[in-house]
Amino acid sequence: MIRDAFYETMPREDLEALQLRRLQAVGERVYHLVPFYRRRMDELGVKPEHIRTLEDLQLLPFTTKQDIRDNYPYGMFAAPLDQIVRIHASSGTTGKPTPVAYTSRDLDTWSELMARTLAAAGAHRADIIHNAYGYGLFTGGLGFHYGAERLGATVIPVSGGQTRRQIMLLQDFGPTVLTCTPSFALYLAEVGQEMGVDFPHLKLRVGVFGAEPWTDGMRTEIENRLGLDALDIYGLSEIMGPGVSVECIEAKNGLHLFEDHFLPEIVDPATLSPLPPGEIGELVITTLTREAFPLLRYRTRDLTSLNKAPCQCGRTICRMSRLRGRSDDMLIIRGVNVFPSQIESVLMEIPGVAPHYQLIVSREGQLDNLEVQVEVDETTFSDEVKQLQALTQKIQKQIKDYLTVSVKVKLVEPRSIPRSEGKAQRVIDLRQQ
Amino acid sequence: MKVEQISVFLENKAGRLAEVTRVLGEAGINIRALSLADTTDFGILRLIVDQYDRAREVLKQKGFTVGKTEVVAVEVPDRPGGLALVLQALAAAGINVEYMYAFVQHSGKNAVIIFRFDNLEDAINLLQKQGIHIYTGEEVYRL
Ligand SMILES: [Zn+2]
Repeated sequence: MIRDAFYETMPREDLEALQLRRLQAVGERVYHLVPFYRRRMDELGVKPEHIRTLEDLQLLPFTTKQDIRDNYPYGMFAAPLDQIVRIHASSGTTGKPTPVAYTSRDLDTWSELMARTLAAAGAHRADIIHNAYGYGLFTGGLGFHYGAERLGATVIPVSGGQTRRQIMLLQDFGPTVLTCTPSFALYLAEVGQEMGVDFPHLKLRVGVFGAEPWTDGMRTEIENRLGLDALDIYGLSEIMGPGVSVECIEAKNGLHLFEDHFLPEIVDPATLSPLPPGEIGELVITTLTREAFPLLRYRTRDLTSLNKAPCQCGRTICRMSRLRGRSDDMLIIRGVNVFPSQIESVLMEIPGVAPHYQLIVSREGQLDNLEVQVEVDETTFSDEVKQLQALTQKIQKQIKDYLTVSVKVKLVEPRSIPRSEGKAQRVIDLRQQ
Repeated sequence: MKVEQISVFLENKAGRLAEVTRVLGEAGINIRALSLADTTDFGILRLIVDQYDRAREVLKQKGFTVGKTEVVAVEVPDRPGGLALVLQALAAAGINVEYMYAFVQHSGKNAVIIFRFDNLEDAINLLQKQGIHIYTGEEVYRL
């Protein structure tokens, strides 16, 4: 379902004209209301009136999470506190959270975009939405909550935790839509299985999952175990919260980004120069309508690509691919950008290759070397040298074909790659030592 | 007619081979024959031991990648040209030897050579037709 056909299926020419008008207004707003942006723009010698085309976006300064931290807590607000009606915050992995402010019009826009998001997932007034995103400073819970109410659906504000109780509600209240993180969806499936719940016979029809990266493999697993269509949603609190982009149920092929409110770019994370459509790079977003917390060219650190081709659902707004990792993890090997997630996806396609790998980057003279260490398990092991050499050559060739970078593949004994409780350390860069 | 061989993946790091022999020794397992195929990055250790299942188990417990292959133990006359005779017979029949290595101990006057073939059955048939003695697994483990 398309909730707002006017904006979501606008001819791209009209959309771009709208984006330009809104971008010009944002330029004015931040220049006059946010001292941080005035300083940055003055340093670059750019004035709001210099924005004459959408390409002039590139004259504007980037914003990073560090910039928001440096202006903690309220320095980035573009509206006086008496006009601000809510503050959310993203958890800082280090130290202080990053606060984000909303005027009542901002909340109205957000609710509307979340209603569009739920509609794109096929939800409607008659649905019961089981919302297991956390309520609180985190934007997930309240974002979905107000979107569901705007849509006119029935919302069950379960929030996180109390898994067994949630499963009871899923059985008794008969919700048709599940909204939570993909990992919680899988956890529900596991706990439910222990409790003997037959998920495919519940009324759940569709799930909208986000707030963390997940793979198509996880999608298949969630869909099979819970018996629903699983859709990916993207958003980040600095920009607004959930509702920046979402997959449509018709195509499940890329996340439609609400371009009338957000202006996306894909840049090379190393050089910050723009990349052509289709190429993977860092997603950069300029908010076009935020009043309390407008951001110019915010570096999301998320890696994706953009597709402006029309979608079978009828939307003309562009689609971003599912996230390909974080730009912080990017390696530059002999001038080529390499993301560990790309190597991982090559390895995953080779049968029998264990998911445990490590990348060792070193420098010999002026040349970067990338060694991919892959653990040998019983399915890939052979008593013949030539078989193992064929395996390393196969991996080397597939990485070269996919990434255009020559790597050395080294087979290592199982468990020789360190495991950690949280994230495995995938990259060891010896060049900085 | 077939002998079970254990193969172990080894990184080229000091002490890995010693670790395998130590693990087997502590478990009271005797190594009957051994060969190490070496490349610059890794090695493949091939072993004939007296307690096949137990050896696999203790090595896997220690985190080694362990493979299993069936090989043939052939008695070769311990005189000049003895091995050549066997190899010529195989070559004439178009049977490819993947690798081979000698047994540590002799059986009486003759040497015991371990052969790894692509086509095990054909090789065994041919050798038997030629009157060449092949050891059973039981014989080999007791040698
Ligand atoms: Zn679509």
